[in-house]
Amino acid sequence: MADDLFKALADPTRRIILDELASRSGQTLFEICSRLAMKHQLGISRQGVSQHLAVLEAAGLVDARREGRYKFHTLNTAPLRQIAERWPPPDPSGPESTP
Amino acid sequence: MKIHLTQVFVDDQAKALHFYTEILGFVTKHDVPVGEKDRWLTVVSPEAPDGTELLLEPLGHPAARTYRDALVADGIPLAQFAVDDVRAEYERLRGLGVRFTQEPLEMGPVTTAVFDDTCGNLIQIATQPR
Repeated sequence: MADDLFKALADPTRRIILDELASRSGQTLFEICSRLAMKHQLGISRQGVSQHLAVLEAAGLVDARREGRYKFHTLNTAPLRQIAERWPPPDPSGPESTP
Repeated sequence: MKIHLTQVFVDDQAKALHFYTEILGFVTKHDVPVGEKDRWLTVVSPEAPDGTELLLEPLGHPAARTYRDALVADGIPLAQFAVDDVRAEYERLRGLGVRFTQEPLEMGPVTTAVFDDTCGNLIQIATQPR
């Protein structure tokens, strides 16, 4: 189940896309492409960005919603919980602290 | 050589004329009947009455709709207009009920925003650094 998630997160460009969607929810493909080009100097084709978004969607990290004639992308961090649940942080009231 | 005229395909010329003049603030330059119902309809900026004309062209060709709808779905603007202050214009147009698909965004020295012209196109406004 988590393979898609780790594959999606492994790519630095996809992590930047997630950062940008975290900074503003509901972006068109055009806005995402503009942000990558202008803010991150990433000259990726529109098709390339589309493919990255498809990988992120498959992993459940991005939701694409149609609204009338437009299509907006939003970040969904819910799947990241699987990572935290798989490797939970050590319990602060663990065995060392209990007598 | 200079750019004298450029065009957008519009669903309805009367509706387009209203939006481009009453909402955006352009002025009519030419309005000439062509054929049965179509018009040669151009607008210009009041700041440059002899500048580039924008033709509000009827959506006659079936391929034009396919092309335009595909661009809109991905949020790609068809034309860019220069404004003094994108944020002020964004607030003004939103107050008039204009739908934006991209809020004002600083991208390096340029600030841009994208709105729906209600006639089938997305338009970008931009403020260039002085």
